[in-house]
Formats: sequence, C-alpha cells, structure tokens
Amino acid sequence: MKTRPNYLAGIGAFIWLGIVAVPLYVMLSATFQTRAGFGDNGPLSLPTTFTLQNYVDAVTSGFGRYFLNTIIVTVGVVGLVLLLVPPLSYAIVRSQSRAASAIFRLFLLGLAIPAQAVIVPVFYLINTVGLYDNLLGVILPTAAFALPICTIILSGTMRDITPELYEAMAMDGATPARSFLRLVLPLSKGGLSTIAVFSALQAWNGFLFPLILTQSESTRVVTLGLFNFQTQFGINIPGLLAAVTLSMVPVLLVYLFARRALVQGLMGAGGK
Amino acid sequence: MTTTLAPRRRPARQGGPAEGRPASRGGSSVGRPGFVWALPASIFFALFALVPLLAVAALSFTSWSGLGDPKFVGLKNWEALFEDPVMLQSLWLSLLFIVLGIVTQTPLSILLGVWAAGNQRNRAILSAIYFVPLLLSSAAISVLWRALLDPNFGIPGQMSWLFGDGNVLGTQTGAIAVLIFVGMWQFTPFHTLIYQGAARQIPPVLYQAASIDGAGTVRQFFSITLPQLKNSIITSVILMVVGGLTTFETVLILTNGGPGTGTTITAFHMYQEAFRRFDFGTGSAIALVLVVISTAISFAVVRLSGYDKMRSSLEGL
Repeated sequence: MKTRPNYLAGIGAFIWLGIVAVPLYVMLSATFQTRAGFGDNGPLSLPTTFTLQNYVDAVTSGFGRYFLNTIIVTVGVVGLVLLLVPPLSYAIVRSQSRAASAIFRLFLLGLAIPAQAVIVPVFYLINTVGLYDNLLGVILPTAAFALPICTIILSGTMRDITPELYEAMAMDGATPARSFLRLVLPLSKGGLSTIAVFSALQAWNGFLFPLILTQSESTRVVTLGLFNFQTQFGINIPGLLAAVTLSMVPVLLVYLFARRALVQGLMGAGGK
Repeated sequence: MTTTLAPRRRPARQGGPAEGRPASRGGSSVGRPGFVWALPASIFFALFALVPLLAVAALSFTSWSGLGDPKFVGLKNWEALFEDPVMLQSLWLSLLFIVLGIVTQTPLSILLGVWAAGNQRNRAILSAIYFVPLLLSSAAISVLWRALLDPNFGIPGQMSWLFGDGNVLGTQTGAIAVLIFVGMWQFTPFHTLIYQGAARQIPPVLYQAASIDGAGTVRQFFSITLPQLKNSIITSVILMVVGGLTTFETVLILTNGGPGTGTTITAFHMYQEAFRRFDFGTGSAIALVLVVISTAISFAVVRLSGYDKMRSSLEGL
C-alpha cells in the first residue's frame, strides 16, 4: 500500500527503541557489576567489573521463598480461571435463556470495576473468613478480577465454532455436557491458552491484593518482595536490580514461547 | 476482523434477541446448556466484585478501624471528605495525570502503531522489543526507575545538564514529570498495539485512491489514517482515563505520594486513609468516588463513541 519509506516515523521509532532499551540495558549491566564498580562508573558507562554476587544476594535475601509464593498464586489463579470461565462462556454462547445474556452484560460492566474500588470490602471479607495472610486469600480475588476479560476472550473463541457442529452433536443425542467436553473444549484450545497465559500474567504481576491481604514474610510474593527490598536496601542498587531482573525472567520466557497467546490476550483487553 | 475489533463487536451481537445472529439464536434448543452453567463463575464474581461494590457504598457511612464491627455514622465521612484539602487536591492531581497521560501517550502510540502496522520484518522485530515494558509488573518497573533515578548512583548523576542537582523526585514538578514519563514508558506499547491492529484494518484501496488524487503521505495520514482510527482512539482514551484514575503502584513506590502530598492522587489517598490511618469508612467513601467517576466517564465515552451500537467507520465503502 505505502511504498515510500516513512522516514519521520522511522526515526521516531528508533528514538523510542532507545528509550525502551537503555533502561533495560542499564538494569542488566548493573546486576553484573560489583556495588563499588557500579558506584564509581555510573549507570550509563560500560562495566569494568563482573560478578554474580548480586544474584546470590537477591536469592539469599528471601526471593527464593517469594518466587515459590508467586508460583503458588499464579497456579491457583490460572486453575480457577480455567475451571470457571469455560462453562460460563459456553452458557453465554449457546444458552438461549435471557439470564445468560444478562450475565454476559454483567461481566462487561465488571470490566469497569477497578480493584482499588472494592479493596476495603474484600479486605473485610477475607478477614472474616480467616484467609488474611494466606495465599488462598490472594488467589480468590485475583482470579475473580481476571474473570471478565477472560470470559470475553473465550466467548469470542467459542462463537467461532459453527452452529452446524452443535446441531450435529445434538442430532446424535449429545447432552450439553457431552458437547462441551467433546466439541467445545477441543475447538477452543487457542482461547483457553490465551486466557491461561493472560491470567497467569495478571497473577504474576499482581501487587494490590498481596499488599493488602498478606503481611508476613512467609506469604510474601515477588512484587511485594521488590517493594520491601527497595525500602530496606534501596542503597544496594545492583542487588535490587538483580531481584527486579529475576522477577522478569519467567514472564519474558513466556513471551518468547507464547507470544501469540499473550498478545491476543492483551488485544482482548484493549478491545474492551 | 482483527482480535482488537472482535471482542468489541461481540457484545453488540449479544444485544437483544432481535439483533442476535439467526444461526446461533435459531435452531433447535436440544442439547443447549441452561444458564446453570454460568452460575459458578457468576457467583464467584459477584462475591468478590459486585457484592463488595455494594458493600463499599454501605461502608462509606460507617466508622471502622479494622477491628470489631463497622459502626453507622451517617454522612460524617462524606462531610469530612468534602472539607479535606488533600482529597480535593488529589482529584485535581488525578485529572492532571490523566490529561498529561493522554497528551503524551496518544500521539506517540498512534505514530508508533501506524508505523508498526507496516509489514516489514524489522518493524516486527522492533515491535516485539517495544512490547517488553508491558509485560513487567508495575512494581518491578517502579523499583527499576527509582533505582535509575537515584540521586547518588543513578542516571541524574551522569546527566546533570538535564537533571540539575539530581534529586528529581524531590520537587513536585519533578515527581509529576517522572510519574508521567514512567506511565508513558509502561503503557505506550499497549496503546501502540491497539493502533497497530486498527491501522492494519484500513483498506489499502483508500490509500490507492488518495495517491491517484495526488495526496502525499502527510495528507493521507490526516485524511485517511486518523479518521479511520477514531474508534481505537476512543477505546485507548477510555482505558487511559480508567488506568490513570487507578494508578497506584507507581505512586506508592516512586514517590509515596510526595514530596509532601504533591503526588497524592485519589487512588493513593484512598489507600492511605484506609490502610495507613485505618479509617476504612473514609477510605470507602473515596473508593466510591473513584467508582462513580470511572463508571461515569466510561459510560459517557461509550455513548459518545457509539461503542454500544458499533457504528462502522467503513460505511459507504
């Protein structure tokens, strides 16, 4: 369509590349320098020292445990989402009852509810049921807030299954449960992986619910660990940045291998 | 139909029975799931999002310190809120953050999105790198930038021509500038993605016709690309408004609302009242203000944009 190169936008794109990449470079290069070396050279210079001590410091200052907690939360959230969203989306796409379409509208509205808005009652609720400072208490609201967008994404996938297939199943006398297991789930694999990756990202990066709903070190997740590390050892910048780097590695790995699912999830979020 | 457009269109199909696709609405009702299938997720969602939304309204009329039971105090929290100078300031600051966020991110992400929509291989690789900040947690990003901007060990020490004495977070203007910049760093990729998807949908025939009529690149951008992106601009702006209102982690970690109360935006003020001063009644009142503003703006934009009716920008083609 456009054959002439667009130099202006091209230059802008390269400047923005620098703005995105330089901080990430500074971060990485700092983590492999000694504290003294980093302090003497300054962040923008080329490193003159090399060490892995910062990563050792980060892991020994508790991040091993925080990682385990974050993994537990992430697995719990993804599990709940995969358990709850497919039947819901199936009902939204295939049910003829008005209740199902009312429910869909409710979930659309739910997109507009920010977590901050309900954090006080959620805190009250979690306290009342005795889940304060318990990872399950973080998993439940995090999963709940992932539901609307995941429902919209998965309903979209399920709508693309042609009605003829359902009718063929029904002709053969299949119950809704059988159609769900034999037809809907196998044909929604793309959508299922998108919502799994997307809800995992939300759980991994979650901050507000853990901040409000946990307290002790044994339930601390990675994001809170970073915040805490910064308040306590803010002066140890290479160590701090090593912890930040470690927190990013799993997400970047997923990005490398499941880029499509991730981007689609985010596009779904954008289309809301 | 791209993935960007797809989820937006679908709600419209859901609309009334009359608008539904005959193929999915009609046919036999044998073998269709009842709405029971929707119940587990709905109950779960209601418990953690809808009931708390009603509860937050109720709690705003109570006094509760986290211990014991909330006590009804009538309008006391609300009266205090309207006289609270920090609250009023926080609303102005939130507005400022939203406006500055839109002004800085929108032109940049349109430009990058339209550029990235081209099919060249290098653009695909660059877009993959642009995307990285979006994957990182706000906590990690804030901690990273706080370290990068450290007055003693950070970038300001090496770039004094730009940062002066280096204590960028020490003044209100500096702190606001940092928060706006970090917001831009974090969220521009997301909005770029929206525009990239939308720009790919613009029919090439429009550009071909324009070139035949002698329109240059700039003219094509303003006369074709921008008008065609209208729906995406609306979506993107609505997300910036809601996102800006609820910005929290970056403020907490980068500035802690300071210097003084210089960056205490409404969402952060809510957190402080509820979880630092343990005044959950006032915190709930502020939360309700947030909900009302964000819902009102979303509704207004949805109506203005015709999102609920899905007017097509391709009509007449």
